[in-house]
Amino acid sequence: MSAPLVEIRGPSALGGGWRRAADLLYLMAVSEFRRSYLGTALGYLWSLARPLLLFAVLLVVFTQAFDLGERVEQYPVLLLFNIVLFGFFQEATVLAVGSIVASEPIVRRTQFPRLVIPLSVVLTALFNLGVNLVVVFGFILVAGVDPRWTWLLLPLILVALVVFTTAVSMIVSALNPRFRDTGIIWSVAVTALFYATPVLYPIELVPGTVGDLLALNPLAPLFELARKWVIDPAAPGPTALLVPALLFVAICVLAVWIFRREAPRIAEEL
Amino acid sequence: MVIEARGVAKTFRIPTHRVDSFKERATHPFRRIDYREQHALRDVSFDVHQGEFLGIVGRNGSGKSTLLKIMSSIYSADRGRIRVAGRLAPFIELGVGFNAEMTSRDNVVLNGVMMGLGRREAQRRLDAVLDFAGLREFADLKLKNYSSGMMVRLAFAVMVEADADIMLVDEVLAVGDAEFAQKCMDVFQARRRAGRTLVLVTHDMATVESMCDRALLLEAGDLAYVGDPQETALRYYRVNFAREHASPEPSPTGGVWDVNVRPVDAWLENAAGERVENVEQGEPIGLRIVVEARHELAAPVFGIHFVDAQGNIVFGFNRSLADGEGVASGGRVRIGGTVENRLLPGRYFVECYVARSREQGDYAMHRLRLLDFVVYGTPKGKGLVSVDADIEAEVER
Repeated sequence: MSAPLVEIRGPSALGGGWRRAADLLYLMAVSEFRRSYLGTALGYLWSLARPLLLFAVLLVVFTQAFDLGERVEQYPVLLLFNIVLFGFFQEATVLAVGSIVASEPIVRRTQFPRLVIPLSVVLTALFNLGVNLVVVFGFILVAGVDPRWTWLLLPLILVALVVFTTAVSMIVSALNPRFRDTGIIWSVAVTALFYATPVLYPIELVPGTVGDLLALNPLAPLFELARKWVIDPAAPGPTALLVPALLFVAICVLAVWIFRREAPRIAEEL
Repeated sequence: MVIEARGVAKTFRIPTHRVDSFKERATHPFRRIDYREQHALRDVSFDVHQGEFLGIVGRNGSGKSTLLKIMSSIYSADRGRIRVAGRLAPFIELGVGFNAEMTSRDNVVLNGVMMGLGRREAQRRLDAVLDFAGLREFADLKLKNYSSGMMVRLAFAVMVEADADIMLVDEVLAVGDAEFAQKCMDVFQARRRAGRTLVLVTHDMATVESMCDRALLLEAGDLAYVGDPQETALRYYRVNFAREHASPEPSPTGGVWDVNVRPVDAWLENAAGERVENVEQGEPIGLRIVVEARHELAAPVFGIHFVDAQGNIVFGFNRSLADGEGVASGGRVRIGGTVENRLLPGRYFVECYVARSREQGDYAMHRLRLLDFVVYGTPKGKGLVSVDADIEAEVER
């Protein structure tokens, strides 16, 4: 039994091999999911309550104070659908910010792949999204939207959304140990992004330069495509694709770069 | 060889003014960040062989924990490299990564994977872990409902069943009671028989001497010694108890300084015979020192000095054994009794040396600082000691 000598490379994003990282990720996310859904009798209802309440408030505001209800086809279900999609992005990234600092004991005392920590947050949020989407599709059918073959394309959008969410989660979680106000800044930024993304309104209702600028948001084409494929085939779809796509890729590259750079030093910054 | 470390160095850059927010970066964009460099490790090289137990000792801040963390891939080394053969599992603290909200079943599997087992493998060993810990009937209880004793048992069972080729252990033995410590010893002995390798960071020289095949002494980030555990322990005592600025004078007899006698224990007692750290002014000082001879001593002389904070000897005395008796190799000598306490409040040290014979300079143990204590009370008089003085003042007529 003489295993070969292998150089250890120190802590890293996937320290200990991707296989082990995947196992840890799975176990952490599953136990977290089980805790929030099976631990409390109302666990499932609670996770639904937040988007539904937000939906109820916004629906009243935007159909009564503004007239989006008349100007947009199937506005209520579109709003609910968008809130659930954006809720995933928001929940995952906001929880990811503090995730590494909160995991201080394991980061400083075990050989733990750093990437697993924000990823498990994203995965848990993804479980929630899946559960919420079941309810959303219930509403969509009740509202009289007919099922279409384009519904089958939704997973493409979800994959893109998950990739983008993961990238942002990696960036904010890796910066937080060094800059402890990342969480405060991000909570403001994500609120701004909520309004800068076509969640409450379809993008064609925003005229002029502002509309053009909003269309550059990497999240904008995802929401526009989701609307066109799932709810309203007559919707115009994304107005700009190239710049959002480039931004999307740039943010993903940045995320990998920042995370790889910070991962070896995280234990020392805590 | 299972661990090969070559020229490992680690420097922590500690900012004199910590900038840890975007706000500070933004409000002081041009402030230069000054760093204080702390050399935690400098050019440390060593090997660990298959089936060997290696002890790592050193004072607080000597870099031993940093070395362990680099070997465990928790910190990255600045220079040098470490190569490892086989699966290495660190135990920096028992029960790290336990999640109080999860059942012990889930925790055991998760922890097993952290220790480097595959998920299936961890699942397979679940029962063995629970049996070893004697917690099978509590498998589905959330960890937050466990007592601390149950938690320690579970953590230890996970560690044992993780069955790594190389275990890195940091002071784990210090947490439990005597029974637990004994259980640890038994497990480590069993692993030794199984040919596993263990690296142990500890303060306890008795453990080093009884368990380790070799030991490594770190001093302020430098590798001061690797080799015989007893020699390492002696050097550790010397580092720990030695006068701060003692220069290593050559021994007149050509022997090695304190290799022939080692201090086992030293403490102060009050009048009731209880161990005390400090002494009240005027209260007699109960002094107890136990030393062990590593080689035969024909007619040893034990010298005791009471030294003040500036290093001045306030007083001292010698004792030899009754009837010029000698000490056999491995024999222990107790030096103890009561000392009149005339010391004024302040900090004092007790230093001890052992001479092999009455001959000047034939040291079996060089002067070591064994105790550091404070005499407390309201200061009376000047100088180092108070004395009874039958002195009166009167006007001359």
